[in-house]
Amino acid sequence: MAKLTSSHISFQELEDIIELLGKVSGFNLVGYSKSSLKRRVQRVLDLERMDIVDLKNAIVNVEGFRTYLMNEITVNVTEMFRDPFYYAALRTDVFPYLETFPRLKFWSAGCSSGEEVYSLAIMLTEARLYNRSFIYGTDVNSHVLEVAKKAIYPLKNFKLYTENYNATGSFRSLSDYYTAMYDAAIIHADIRKNMLFSQHNLATDYVFNEFQFISCRNVLIYFDLELQNRIFHLFYESLSEFGFLCLGTKETLFNHEIMAKFKVINKKFNIYQKIK
Amino acid sequence: MEKANEVVLVGGSAGSYTLITDMMAALPETFSPAIIIVIHRNPRFTTKIEDTLSTRLQKEVVQAADKAAILKGGIYFAAPGYHLLVEPDKTFSLDISERIHFSRPSIDVLFETAADVFLDRCTAFLLSGANQDGTDGIRQLQRMGAKVIVQSPTEASISTMPKHAIEASERVDIYSNRQILSYFRNLK
Ligand SMILES: C[S@@+](CC[C@H](N)C(=O)[O-])C[C@H]1O[C@@H](n2cnc3c(N)ncnc32)[C@H](O)[C@@H]1O
Repeated sequence: MAKLTSSHISFQELEDIIELLGKVSGFNLVGYSKSSLKRRVQRVLDLERMDIVDLKNAIVNVEGFRTYLMNEITVNVTEMFRDPFYYAALRTDVFPYLETFPRLKFWSAGCSSGEEVYSLAIMLTEARLYNRSFIYGTDVNSHVLEVAKKAIYPLKNFKLYTENYNATGSFRSLSDYYTAMYDAAIIHADIRKNMLFSQHNLATDYVFNEFQFISCRNVLIYFDLELQNRIFHLFYESLSEFGFLCLGTKETLFNHEIMAKFKVINKKFNIYQKIK
Repeated sequence: MEKANEVVLVGGSAGSYTLITDMMAALPETFSPAIIIVIHRNPRFTTKIEDTLSTRLQKEVVQAADKAAILKGGIYFAAPGYHLLVEPDKTFSLDISERIHFSRPSIDVLFETAADVFLDRCTAFLLSGANQDGTDGIRQLQRMGAKVIVQSPTEASISTMPKHAIEASERVDIYSNRQILSYFRNLK
């Protein structure tokens, strides 16, 4: 497959592609980490057996190609209950606090195909908070959002998801929340009920609601510090007083001035609370 | 602290752990390249190689953090569960995309991205392992003029990985463990 590639893209060519995409579409890749982006673009070239000239041509002239390209460039790898101890930390460090709010709004930013959103809904159900909750799952990638809305996943993934779920210390069984049909699993309607998936681009879009809880996990690693900074301000503006911000295990607020407006709730899992 | 002008890369899998710790123990007090290591480990067992080595060597050995600068004389390990990439401004970035050769972190990803940035100011070591990770990375390193050294398959605990690399590319140097250790002892 990849071995038949004819052309290797350079950083300069990558810059040209970013500029071109910015000019002809709303997709802004300026703040993305360059090396990972370059690998993703190279992957599309290899898949499509294109060279850089073909790629530019397709970006400008081929109907639907820009959306396809964005969907291929973004890294959507995800799982249910990824980092089980993070979910355990939500239960012990965050949920007791959330109980004091009469209505709860959650935002999972960069939710990919929805596994993180359903995991959160299950945790909220078990904490008896889900009935007063509403979760917004957003992503820039239109394809993964379609998958998220369907709530149907390959059954073979559920061995790992079950291990993850059990490691969170939950007292139930993950199979209480899905029905297996042939080689697929569909998430139950009572877990799917209070949520909405929609497109939102963290690099270019703005505040759209006020939340008590925002999680943005394994998304910020794809961005440079400047774009991270923009997004942290967006999150800050989107959080209610004493709202929570949860990042991935390798993502931190500590490199940013805005840290001063947050309190660390869990250092290992990068859970913060807005205090000013 | 200044950013590194030169890097030494190390890729190891099953059977490479002891040699890697010996390599780090052989290092002199000061040296100018940054040393960046990918060793495959199970993310579920959070073996703290960094902490163990820091204590044993009385040197700072860290997990490469996302967006951190690659500094002269730094010793960095790739975080389990994430690919480790080198950015053009000589910083690290992490990536959680698909496993490559069943591995994340992948040696190929580190080698390829470091080659694109540090060009011929790169020396790479590929050690014992049971898969084929590293071979593609070596090709890219060689394209960019970097020096590539493979652990002698006769000395590697598991020879699949070094053998695969040697078969796939000419121009790799094959070192015995003694030669590898002496390289690190004499690093300036
Ligand atoms: C690795 S996934 C993380 C999924 C999930 N949060 C997790 O931790 O498992 C990263 C997601 O970020 C999304 N993403 C990338 N750029 C984005 C942007 N500018 N705005 C919103 N989402 C973005 C990708 O489409 C992808 O689905």
